[in-house]
Amino acid sequence: MSTVKKTKGTVKKPAVAPTDTVVTQATAGTQNQAGGEGSGVRRRDFIHIATVSFAGVGAAAVAMPLVSQMSASADVLALASIEVDVAAIQPGQSIKTSWRKQPVFIRNLTPAEIDAANKVDVGSLRDPQTLAERTKPGKENWLITLGVCTHLGCVPLGAAAGEVKGEYGGYFCPCHGSHYDTAARIRKGPAPLNLTVPEFAFLSDTVVKIG
Amino acid sequence: MSFPWAQEYKPQGTVSKWVDERLPLPRLVYNAVGAGYPVPRNLNYFWNFGVLAGVALVIQIVTGIVLAMHYYASVDGAFNSVEHIMRDVNSGWFIRYAHMNGASFFFIVVYIHIFRGLFYGSYKAPREMIWLLGVTIFLLMMATAFMGYVLPWGQMSFWGAQVITGFFSAIPLVGEPLRQLLLGGFAPDQAALNRFFSLHYLMPFVIAGVIILHVWALHIPGSSNPTGVSVKGEQDTVPFHPYYTAKDGFGLGIFLILFVAVTFFAPNMLGHPDNYIPANPLSTPAHIVPEWYFLPFYAILKAFTVDFGIPFTGIIIIPAKLMGVLAMFGSILLLFFLPWLDTSPVRSGHYRPLFRKFFWYGLIPCLVVLTYCGGKPPYTQWVVLSQIAAAYYFAHFLIILPIVSRIERPLPLPNSITEAVTGTPLTPAAA
Repeated sequence: MSTVKKTKGTVKKPAVAPTDTVVTQATAGTQNQAGGEGSGVRRRDFIHIATVSFAGVGAAAVAMPLVSQMSASADVLALASIEVDVAAIQPGQSIKTSWRKQPVFIRNLTPAEIDAANKVDVGSLRDPQTLAERTKPGKENWLITLGVCTHLGCVPLGAAAGEVKGEYGGYFCPCHGSHYDTAARIRKGPAPLNLTVPEFAFLSDTVVKIG
Repeated sequence: MSFPWAQEYKPQGTVSKWVDERLPLPRLVYNAVGAGYPVPRNLNYFWNFGVLAGVALVIQIVTGIVLAMHYYASVDGAFNSVEHIMRDVNSGWFIRYAHMNGASFFFIVVYIHIFRGLFYGSYKAPREMIWLLGVTIFLLMMATAFMGYVLPWGQMSFWGAQVITGFFSAIPLVGEPLRQLLLGGFAPDQAALNRFFSLHYLMPFVIAGVIILHVWALHIPGSSNPTGVSVKGEQDTVPFHPYYTAKDGFGLGIFLILFVAVTFFAPNMLGHPDNYIPANPLSTPAHIVPEWYFLPFYAILKAFTVDFGIPFTGIIIIPAKLMGVLAMFGSILLLFFLPWLDTSPVRSGHYRPLFRKFFWYGLIPCLVVLTYCGGKPPYTQWVVLSQIAAAYYFAHFLIILPIVSRIERPLPLPNSITEAVTGTPLTPAAA
């Protein structure tokens, strides 16, 4: 509050020379007691700035709920985690399920697919990650990823029986031609990242909790 | 369109000049609510309420648009979606309560604004058009508020829709088909709810448009003032900014304090608990009442209990139901004729001793009684009281005002606003 500019609102007042002089409030107070018509900061300037600032803070406080109402509501967040029974998925099979209104692929990898994923030189990948980093210890055959292409959000093919799995035997996005390998890592095409691995944990040998 | 001494907008910077030559919007604002609009220097706080009504409309539009992001207009889902807003949506409770109470505060502010006009004769020449547009805005507000009240699809919503659309069935011959046309069915249902939602979203923008005309019409003669004496010279006015921006700002602060106090601490004070029961087309609540701001008109509706016909012949000319509906609409349409019913050349009630008595001891108590009776069940004593008050309401405007205007001897008016304010007569040179 030390730098105060002369503001508008001096209509019909004797002319006051505009000033940007830095003065203390104490000085301003003294001037006001003397009539407040001299140069420098007037008491009225303080009132103007205090009023407008107060209104500004109020407006910002009102804007917060008006914006925050757009974020996920409590009922949406309540669906944030799901539990899936994976007992029926045989090696080589995969299922699609829905988590937070997005498709999730749960795939039971065959030993051959695990080998294929482990054989790749991680350093050569666009988004370097090993299969072990993308699965849980002792459960390397369970590959759980979002079915959302990291390019522009289409659902890649390859999870359902008979769908094209792409050149690397994992997933293939038909929208713009991204190929994912058996660890769902990006290998070819425009997508920048591997398919996202959601937070998940095995509650038992056959039940997995996603989210 | 303003006084010749109005300050002229002078763009300072290069950009301001560039804009001013191409789209003089800052100039328009300057001349409308800035230093370029000279306003009588003696306005009291009753002159705050036009601006407050504008702010109330903005609050309703902003909160309403936000609510529409979460609401769905379906007979199965509407009630639940409102509860979803209250419980699940971030700050949804606040936004809905603000919208709900915002409607009430909009009406409070507009009613005071109307009473200001009634007392100070703001409807008189040359300001008739402002008044006519104002009554139009009031009618649009009532339609908007009614349709908004239907949207939560609670018991009061549903039965309110049933009753209000039932008004139209009172019209002879075409009434019932008209009602079915308005509802899109035989009773309020999905079609009615959907169209009410659509129109409830549209109407505020129509109101905003009429407000622009209202303010435009206001800026031709300029604001009236508590003395009712016309502006005679520059010494009678001050620029709108900063004088009335500051005064309106202060009033706005008080308004917002009251508004948030009710919204936070008594959000359901002005509502009816039955509207938290989902709509049930098979069961009418024991006592249905409209929102408080419709109560005077509801009382007038209920006041007509006897068919109007030729005595002893059994011939009914106007059935009671139609009479009630006509009287209710008539009580508002009457206001359109007010500028020509009150023929006194003196505007302000301050200088009209007889008018003032009828205003404070006639019209105001009459409206209080109507509001009170409107909220009461239709038992004999309330109906009789409503009938007396309704009779006075019409008599006040149709009989008393024209007669008072003729026989009243007004008090001497001050020569000018400045003289009224400072007590010193105007010098001939200044006039």
